[in-house]
Amino acid sequence: MMEFFAMGGYGAFVWSAWGAAFVLLLALAAASISSLRHKRQLLAKLEDIPQ
Amino acid sequence: MAGLTAILLGLGAYLGLVVAPADYQQGETVRIMFVHVPAAWMAMFCYGVMALSSAAGLIWKHPLAHLCAKASAPIGAVFTLIALITGSLWGKPMWGAWWVWDARLTSVLIMFFLYLGYIALWYAIDEPVRAAKAAAIIALAGAVNIPVIKFSVDWWNTLHQPASVVRLDGPSIHGSILLPLLLMGAGFTLLYIWLLLIRMRSEILERRVRTLRINRTHASRPQAQL
Repeated sequence: MMEFFAMGGYGAFVWSAWGAAFVLLLALAAASISSLRHKRQLLAKLEDIPQ
Repeated sequence: MAGLTAILLGLGAYLGLVVAPADYQQGETVRIMFVHVPAAWMAMFCYGVMALSSAAGLIWKHPLAHLCAKASAPIGAVFTLIALITGSLWGKPMWGAWWVWDARLTSVLIMFFLYLGYIALWYAIDEPVRAAKAAAIIALAGAVNIPVIKFSVDWWNTLHQPASVVRLDGPSIHGSILLPLLLMGAGFTLLYIWLLLIRMRSEILERRVRTLRINRTHASRPQAQL
């Protein structure tokens, strides 16, 4: 198990590469979903107000 | 769709990190490739979508085409950033440098700045029709960079290795490495489509919010004057 995480001594490089990709993509997905939610709420509020 | 994306990426990560053998020259660092290469493919693919839909938007004036380009840009920028970061983390142990100013790396960095410029332009111009036009022109002008990126490893002397998957005589790498690479590529493609749909929906809602607000102000003005 330790051998797997050590990656032949290159663990720091391999795991930071995979980690960076994972974190960046997760952040993008979270930002996209939260922005969609925010806009849905905004629109619902606007459509609620009578003309 | 999100589920299928997660399955493909999970399987790709498992095969890439656990099952695939270490490279006889590069050792375990070769596992960075399974993120680096698909991310770089996506970076170029997103730019292609952005440029084509920008062109479609300019020619046929369909507002959805511009929205597709606008929604693609941040996704492409993130994939480009991932390709740059993972490339740097691979370059340090294998080339001895985080960064070198060679043709492949420089042209990808230029693409990253093109993405940022494109996004900035949308924010800089308030009026959506004008912003769409200006941004589309930037996207199209920057599209010359795409073939430069693809062929940079053949045209110039470079540290970066040439293509080993997308080549005329078929892939030159073994199946145990090719399969996780393709799985990650397919996973990233699905992720892109999923994010694109979310972001486009978001853009459409924003348009409606904008129109509603404009209608409100126009409707309320005469009353205020009375």
